[in-house]
Amino acid sequence: MTAGAPTRKHVYLDHAASTPMHPEAAEAMQHYMAAEFANPSGAHGPARSARRVIDESRDVVAEIIGCAPGEVVFTSGGTEGANAAVLGAVRRGGGRAVCPAAEHHAVLHCVEHTGGSVVPVTADGTVDIAALSAELRRGGTGVVSVMAVNNEVGSVNDMAAVAATVRRDAPGAVLHSDAVQAACWIDLRGLWPHLDVLTLSAHKFGGPKGAGVMVIRDGTPLEPLILGGGQERDRRSGTLNVAGIAGTTVALAVTNSRRADEHARLGALRTRLIEQITSGVECASQTVPGDSSVPGVAHVCFEGLESESLLFLLDEQGISVSAASACASGAMESSHVLAAMGVPASRMMGSVRFSLGHTTTREDVDLAAVAAVESARRLLGARK
Amino acid sequence: MRVLLAMSGGVDSSAAAVVLRDAGHDVVGVTMRLWGGESDTGCCSVSDVDDARRVAQQAGIDHLVFNFSADFEERVVTPYVDAHVVGVTPNPCIECNRHLKFDRLIRRGRELGFDAVATGHHARIEDRAGLPRVVRGADTAKDQSYVVHMLSGEDLGYVLFPVGGMQKSEVRALAARSGLRTASKPDSQDVCFIGSTVGRGGFLSSRMGFHPGVVVDTEGAEIGGVEAVELVTLGQRRGLGLGGGDKRYVVDVSISERRVTVGGEDDLLSPGLTVGTLAWPHAADARTLDGADVLVQGSAHGARHGARLDTDGTVARLSWARPQRRISPGQTVVFYDPTDSYVLGGGVVTDPG
Repeated sequence: MTAGAPTRKHVYLDHAASTPMHPEAAEAMQHYMAAEFANPSGAHGPARSARRVIDESRDVVAEIIGCAPGEVVFTSGGTEGANAAVLGAVRRGGGRAVCPAAEHHAVLHCVEHTGGSVVPVTADGTVDIAALSAELRRGGTGVVSVMAVNNEVGSVNDMAAVAATVRRDAPGAVLHSDAVQAACWIDLRGLWPHLDVLTLSAHKFGGPKGAGVMVIRDGTPLEPLILGGGQERDRRSGTLNVAGIAGTTVALAVTNSRRADEHARLGALRTRLIEQITSGVECASQTVPGDSSVPGVAHVCFEGLESESLLFLLDEQGISVSAASACASGAMESSHVLAAMGVPASRMMGSVRFSLGHTTTREDVDLAAVAAVESARRLLGARK
Repeated sequence: MRVLLAMSGGVDSSAAAVVLRDAGHDVVGVTMRLWGGESDTGCCSVSDVDDARRVAQQAGIDHLVFNFSADFEERVVTPYVDAHVVGVTPNPCIECNRHLKFDRLIRRGRELGFDAVATGHHARIEDRAGLPRVVRGADTAKDQSYVVHMLSGEDLGYVLFPVGGMQKSEVRALAARSGLRTASKPDSQDVCFIGSTVGRGGFLSSRMGFHPGVVVDTEGAEIGGVEAVELVTLGQRRGLGLGGGDKRYVVDVSISERRVTVGGEDDLLSPGLTVGTLAWPHAADARTLDGADVLVQGSAHGARHGARLDTDGTVARLSWARPQRRISPGQTVVFYDPTDSYVLGGGVVTDPG
C-alpha cells in the first residue's frame, strides 16, 4: 500500500450471518483448547475439572432462558437443533410437521423432507395465524415449528399467539421455535414458557461457530438425532465440545446483560440507516415496517436493481452486507422468504439485508448509507 | 485493466486467470450459475464452481458467483424445448454464449465498471482490413471461433480471449506449472443441463410430449417407425429401427405429419440453405458480403465448404459450390473469409434446402 494513503474503514453489516465473537468468549475458549483439554466424560481429575465447566455452563444458560438445567442440551448449532427438533419429534411421536413458509431452510427442509405442511405468512413475514389454525384443525400434527425472528427480514412472530393456537388446535403437538435470530433482541425468559423446544446458534450472539443450545422441556417426546456414547442424557451423543460450550455460555451471558441497551442503541442506528438510504434514492424502500422487526435487521428493496450488482459495489467499498441466502455453489438464490411474503419480483431482485450487531457504530451506518445510495445511483445511471 | 474473467472451472479459463494476472491486470473471476436443476455434466455443477474458486484462490484473484439461472432458463432451456416441439434442433451452447456470456455478463461487467470481460475460449480477436474480427484460435484442433461468432464489433472491443493464442498443450502445461487442480481436467463435452444418465430424450420427456412417427423411404413407402419423431434429426443414421443393409440417412423430418423420410447419402445433399438470426460483427458486413464467396462451417470443429452468400441483412441464402449434406433447422452456420482465418458472420438455419 502507498505510504500515506488513507486506509478505508471496513464496515461489517452482516451480523445476522455471523457476528464477531465477544472477546470474553474467545478468551474463555482458549483455556479449554490449550490447558484443560480433557474429555469431560472421563473419571480422572482433569476430566472432572472439564466436567465442572459444562455443569456450570448449563446452570448459567438455564438461568438466562428460565428453564431447568437438565433441559439444556449443547449442540453443534442451529441447524442441528432444528433437525433434532423436527425430525426427532416426527420419528418419536409420529404425525405431521407443520411450519410457516418463511422458516429458515434448516426447519423448512426438514418439514418438507418428512412430507409435512407449510402454511402461509403475511406480508410482513410472520405466520398467518388463521392459516396455521386451519391447518392444525385437520388433525394429525406431530410438531409445529415457528421461528421467533425471521433471519432475512427480521420480523418477529407473536409466539404467545402461536402457542395459544397450537395448544388449542393441536394439543398433543410439540412446539419448537428456532430462536437463532432472537437471542440478541428478545428476552428468552419471555419466550421459553410458550415452547416445548427452543434452539439457539452461538455464533449469532458472539459465541463460536459449531456450537449451539437446544432446550427441551422435560417429557417432550423427541428421538435423538445422534446416537453414540449417550452424552447429554442420551439426547445428543458425541464428546462434549468443552471450549465451544464455555464460549457459548460466556457469549450468551454477555448478550443477555447488554440486551436492553443494545436494543435501544441499534434500533436508533437502524432507523438512521433506513432513513438515509430511502431518502437518498427513490427506488429504495424498507421491506417490512421497522416496528415489526428486530433492531438488528434493515432489509431494503432497491426496485429495478439487482442484488448481485449492489453487493459487488458495496463490497468494493468495504461494506459487507448480504442478500437472501447463498446456495451450495455460492450463488445467491432468490429468496423464499420474500416470495412467501408476496414481494413482487422487481423489488425482490434488488433486496439487500444490512444487519447490525454489537460492534456496529454510527460511523459504520453512515458509511454504509452513503455507499448504498451511491452504488444504487450508479447502477441506475448504467441502465440509462 | 480491471478484467472480469468468466471461470467455468475448466482448464482453459483457469489458465486464462494466470495469463491475465501475469500480464498485470486486476482480475476478478466469476462463475456463472446457469442451470438450476440437477446435472452431472457440462459446466454448471457445484464441483465445477469449487474448482473455479480454488483456482482463483491459487492464482491470487478474487472469485464471485453470479446467479443467472433465471436468464438461462428463459433464454436457453425453454427455447431449446420449444424448438424440439416444432422439430427444430438448436445448439444450446451457442444460445448460451449469445445471451448469457456475451450479453448478460458483458452488461454486468460494464455496469460494475470493468474494462473488459474475458473467457477461456480458443479464439483470437485481431484486426483484419482495419476492423476487429474473431480469428480462429492458434490451436486449430481446439478452435472455438464457431461458438463465439456472434460477438458484435462493440463486444470485440470489450472481450478478451487470453488463451486464444496458445496451444491446448501449452494451456495445460501453464495450469500444471501454476499448480492448478484443473490442469488435467477433461474438456466438457455435453450440454450442461442434460444429465448423462437421462440423455436428451429423458430431459425433454420431462418437459414435452413425444409423438410416434412413421419412417418412409423416398418413394413414400412405409418401412418402419420411431417412438418420438421430435427426437429425430436430419442426417441421423442410428436409432431408426431399420436394421442393417445399405447406409440410410434421415433426409426429411415432418413433425406435423409425424413422418421421417430416409434415403441414401445422395438424398441428403442439397444445393443450398436459408439462414436467419444473423449476427454481423460490423454494420457494413451484410452489405459488403452480399454476393460474396465465403467458407461455411456447420458444426463445432466441422469441415468448411465454399458457398456463395446472398443476403438482405436479415435473411441469408447460401448456395454451395458443390452440393452438401443438409443441416438441421436450428443449427448454426458460421461464415469465414476465403482463407478460413476469421469470422465474417453467422446465423441459424431456417430452411435446410
